[in-house]
Amino acid sequence: MSDMTDTGGPVLAADGTPLKRSLARALRRQKLRALMLIAPLLLFILISFILPVADMLYRSVQNGIVSETLPRTVVALADWDADSGDLPEEAVYAAMAADLKDAAAAKTHTKVGTRLNYENPGISSVFRKTGRKAKKFDIENDGPWKEALIDLNKGWGDPDLWRTIQTYSPPVTAGYFLNAVDMRVGPDGPEARPESEQIYMNLLGRTLWMSLTITVCCILLAYPVAWILANLPMRQANMLMILVLLPFWTSLLVRTSAWKILLQQQGVINDILVWIGLVDDSARLVIINNQFGTIVAMTHILLPFMILPMYSVMQTIPPTYLRAAKSLGATDWTAFWRVYFPQTIPGIGAGSILVFILAIGYYITPALVGGTKGTFISNQIAFHISSSLNWGLASALGAILLAVVLVLYWAYDKIVGIDNVKLG
Amino acid sequence: MALPPYASTGQRVWHYTFRVICGLIFFFLIAPIVVVIPLSFNSQDFFTFTKEMLSFDPAGYSLKHYRDFFGNPDWQDALWNSVKIAPAATLLSVSLGTLAAIGLSQPHVPARRAIMATLISPMIVPLIISAAGMYFFYSRIGLAGTYWGVVLAHAALGIPFVIITVTATLVGFDRSLTRAAANMGADPVTTFFRVQMPLILPGVISGALFAFITSFDEVVVVIFVGSAKQQTLPWQMFTGLREQISPTILAVATILVVISIALLTTVELLRRRSERLRGMSPG
Repeated sequence: MSDMTDTGGPVLAADGTPLKRSLARALRRQKLRALMLIAPLLLFILISFILPVADMLYRSVQNGIVSETLPRTVVALADWDADSGDLPEEAVYAAMAADLKDAAAAKTHTKVGTRLNYENPGISSVFRKTGRKAKKFDIENDGPWKEALIDLNKGWGDPDLWRTIQTYSPPVTAGYFLNAVDMRVGPDGPEARPESEQIYMNLLGRTLWMSLTITVCCILLAYPVAWILANLPMRQANMLMILVLLPFWTSLLVRTSAWKILLQQQGVINDILVWIGLVDDSARLVIINNQFGTIVAMTHILLPFMILPMYSVMQTIPPTYLRAAKSLGATDWTAFWRVYFPQTIPGIGAGSILVFILAIGYYITPALVGGTKGTFISNQIAFHISSSLNWGLASALGAILLAVVLVLYWAYDKIVGIDNVKLG
Repeated sequence: MALPPYASTGQRVWHYTFRVICGLIFFFLIAPIVVVIPLSFNSQDFFTFTKEMLSFDPAGYSLKHYRDFFGNPDWQDALWNSVKIAPAATLLSVSLGTLAAIGLSQPHVPARRAIMATLISPMIVPLIISAAGMYFFYSRIGLAGTYWGVVLAHAALGIPFVIITVTATLVGFDRSLTRAAANMGADPVTTFFRVQMPLILPGVISGALFAFITSFDEVVVVIFVGSAKQQTLPWQMFTGLREQISPTILAVATILVVISIALLTTVELLRRRSERLRGMSPG
């Protein structure tokens, strides 16, 4: 490059530095400036959003409570062989009595009992009942503790209880995750829970299945609408577009309450059916508080998210392609199926992933119109956070849901690109 | 789209059937929202059309549910809370979001894709997970149950919308304009406020409206992060729908529909204006 100059040295910028270095510095400064502009928001999102979600994910494996509340027992129990079927030695019982005394004074014994109860139902009451007396324990003189504790509560004579304490003594556990996939830690490692206790995998399956149904319903309903919007003259299409955008802008709760009102047994839809004579007044349809209610309401709510990406793809397909196909002898159906439809697949894909991602995380609509049969995994997470207070399990369920969503999000980014998300 | 004169009977039949099908789908989209409006003027405490309403008897209609909404302190507090939270959250997400969108639209941004994915994630992560995480984390740092906790949470949820709309507007922004301004001696701040901002304003405003409606409609996060003192309008509606469903909800719903019509109109007008401006600007 430099052979144009007489000196043969590198090209210099106006201030005398080599041009290459000068350009690199300018580029670096440009990058830095861009990052400086982004930094405040990135920091904000990190603190207000990413950290909280990470904190929740950590809760799904966190298990400090056992080793914090029962420190001596955990140490003493470490050498005990759970498979022998024998009860632990006196030293373990003495350690437990001392731990219980401290825990009862600090009122933490019920918490650890509740924690262990998730894994082995019944432990909670053993801890609660023994804890009531534990404050008066005289560690030095009331022994031997093995008999004393078993006398107080037969539960202490069950090797299974000790195995549970031993299994859940490490500060990190996979127990919540096993619980979330309907398994538990048995004597020989992870095992499936009894059939009657399996709920979460069913629930996850139902969530996925219902989201899929909703997605398919949305594709079927959105396709004709997107087609007609893309092919009508501009003025008419803009008018009809308002009918799509208005639901999009209307409050989610307004739409959910509208469906709640429409679908009731004494609601508008049943009234109309009775009035037409399709349904007898005494046999009004039950179309709310079940899966049907959730699917109808959510299809309505998510339909705009399917129509908009389909529409933006269909808009770019020239109508001449169809005419060309027909003039080459294709029937209407062949022209559509072989020429038009393949070109709309990116739109269908984009819309489907978006609708599916939004659907599996839904909480409000299933809670209001889903009854018990039409609820999603989100509703179970909310239940564990606010009612049963099993936050670890809620976090594990949330982590599984998040993993599914992130895989789909990654696929969406690969196929569509996040930059191409359009709103309205 | 128009039917050619040589169309066969089958094609004619299909053409009209197709239009009827589309009409039905449009009806499905819009009817549930429209139905709420006349029902909110019901003079009875029913959720369906009474005989008086169907015969257009004035006695069948009344404003009693609206009177209840404006007279009941619970609803008024909820409305007031919503009106206090949404603008603060919007302001926060728009100011930070616009700045970041400008940064993201620079030609050389390292790890642009990863940053974009992070900033859009609040829109993708299921609300219940965001809500749970924020509840745990904000209680740890003492923000749970406070006004600012809810504002922060809502601002985070609104940011993806601001980023998406503003970056979309910046795609059509002519960079030589800022260079020209700098060439004529304007410092970066002046360039931003006098040259760039007026041109991307439509995008910023629609982003702001999206952020506003996100916060104004949001239920899940506010239920977890907020306390009874921050009970917003959607929260009140949610409790109302869950426990004892009162027809006042219909009046609230109608008011919210009117608000969304107003917002939709604004956004549409802005979008058209921005498209017109973009068509005129060189490049």
